[in-house]
Amino acid sequence: MAVSTSAPPREQPDRAFRAPVGNTIREKFTQLVLLLGTLVALAVLAILLIDIAFDGVGGLSLNFLSNYTSRFPEMTGIRAGITGTLSLMLLTALMTFPLGVGAALYLEEFAERNRWTRLLETNINNLAGVPSIVYGLLGLSVFVFFLGFGRSLITGALTLTALILPVVIVASREALRAVPREIRDGGLALGATPLQVAFRQTVPAAIPSIMTGMILSLSRAIGETAPILVAGAVFSRRADNEPWNLSESYTAIPIQIFDFVKRPQEEFQVGVASAAIIVLMTVLLFMNSAAIIIRNRYARKI
Amino acid sequence: MDQRTSSDQRAAFSPVRLDTGRPETHRPSASSTDGRSTDTAASRPSAPPKRSTDDVVFDVDDVSVHYGSAPALVNVSLTIQRRKITAFIGPSGCGKSTFIRCFNRTNDLIPNARVQGRIHYHNQDLYAKDVDPVEVRRRIGMVFQKPNPFPKSIYDNLTFGPKVNRMKVDYDEVVETSLRRAALWDEVKGKLKQNAYSLSGGQQQRLCIARALTVDPEVILMDEPCSALDPIATAHIEDLMRELERDYTIIIVTHNMQQAARVSDRTAFFTAEVESENDDRRFGRLVEIDDTSKIFSNPSDRRTEDYISGRFG
Repeated sequence: MAVSTSAPPREQPDRAFRAPVGNTIREKFTQLVLLLGTLVALAVLAILLIDIAFDGVGGLSLNFLSNYTSRFPEMTGIRAGITGTLSLMLLTALMTFPLGVGAALYLEEFAERNRWTRLLETNINNLAGVPSIVYGLLGLSVFVFFLGFGRSLITGALTLTALILPVVIVASREALRAVPREIRDGGLALGATPLQVAFRQTVPAAIPSIMTGMILSLSRAIGETAPILVAGAVFSRRADNEPWNLSESYTAIPIQIFDFVKRPQEEFQVGVASAAIIVLMTVLLFMNSAAIIIRNRYARKI
Repeated sequence: MDQRTSSDQRAAFSPVRLDTGRPETHRPSASSTDGRSTDTAASRPSAPPKRSTDDVVFDVDDVSVHYGSAPALVNVSLTIQRRKITAFIGPSGCGKSTFIRCFNRTNDLIPNARVQGRIHYHNQDLYAKDVDPVEVRRRIGMVFQKPNPFPKSIYDNLTFGPKVNRMKVDYDEVVETSLRRAALWDEVKGKLKQNAYSLSGGQQQRLCIARALTVDPEVILMDEPCSALDPIATAHIEDLMRELERDYTIIIVTHNMQQAARVSDRTAFFTAEVESENDDRRFGRLVEIDDTSKIFSNPSDRRTEDYISGRFG
């Protein structure tokens, strides 16, 4: 019997490229759901911001920025909070950067892979998830009492450093790991020592990503209230905080917001607190922009 | 050499320097320190005629490499001759890349890699206790499979080696000399401050060769230097190797048999063997090493002939 060699009949050409009806609908529907999710998140944020803006803009003035706190809502200000927050951030950044990058460099480039370093890594990852109030208690018991720093600016900065250090280490390790192996090989093949390769090639190549990790961590630290509250921040201070006055008492913007909200007068609870929140967010915005500019400039150079 | 500040670790590896046969060593000793920098300038005096062919740079004696407990390469013995291009060919998994990494102790950087046997570099045991692998790597340069310029300017790529080695040289001069030697100067002389990543793949690889030359090695190891390049860029690199052969000893690993036939003076053929019948982990073994013309026309070993003629691999 002869085997038929003719091809099976083809589909009609005009139908060949049409998507099945169900596909189009499913696709559109999924896109809609995703869009809705985005909108909900944005809407909540927008409502929050608008609400705060309405309540707080009235309270914003130069006096509000330059006055210390007062019993009277119209005369109060957050000067001590602003200087305190700036001092805290500066000190925290100065301590976190070398410690975090150093630890990451050790773990990523030099430490042997053994049970001990794996244990260390697991612990660091876990520390990144510890609630911030626990760091406050650590600050209270270790820095305030054990080391005898008291309820001072350095205690607050050390507490915040301990809080964000694990995150900075993890982010810096990721950044170092993303630097291609070939760059290290190239350096070593020229007779550079592992240390020279690490500091002259690997770290510079990783700096932009490390900076991103630093920015995100500091942004978390700037809004933290609980840990520094426990570690001895004061509600009101009738003097500026300066980063070099390490042993002075200190306050910060989130601490002052907390203070305003729990006062009995409604003017404090709504107007003054909202105004302080606007200031806090502005400071945050400025810090982030500055850091991003630094990062981009560095990234362009290499 | 003279331009380098000496320290203990370098001294430990210095006796070899006495007879490297590089042009500098033939110069009157009066020109030692300052003469060095002019020597590397644009025109190194055309290399002296090749000396007797039995000048041995590397003497490899019964070398085996293991990764953990798995053998990668076993019982290799051969010699590498001065100012020749020696090619390592063979099928995948035959250990030729592993082997080339033994010559500058790059295997030291891989955890659980273990090198047994002896490799002598001008009669000095490379794996002796007092030999500093960092110094070995400076004297025996390496070019990798994938071009790996640093994410910096072309200029900075070329000054990194002299800087970390504290060579007292004029950086501008080193940059120009090495780029000229790597046949890249004309293409990049106007854009030395540009990022090296802006170059094409072939240019990047020539930059990497130039970079290897900046620290004045005697030997250049090339681990499949053309595998990521197109035929034109490959031809450039091959011409360059021919050029460099006058002053440097070159070892090249290549997957490309035609390349080995085109550029090398001597060829070593490796094969991959299966460990046992019920364990198909492979390890490499040297089949033979001989003049390239002989390997490709009349090899002594049947396996080489089968590989060359395309019967396997």
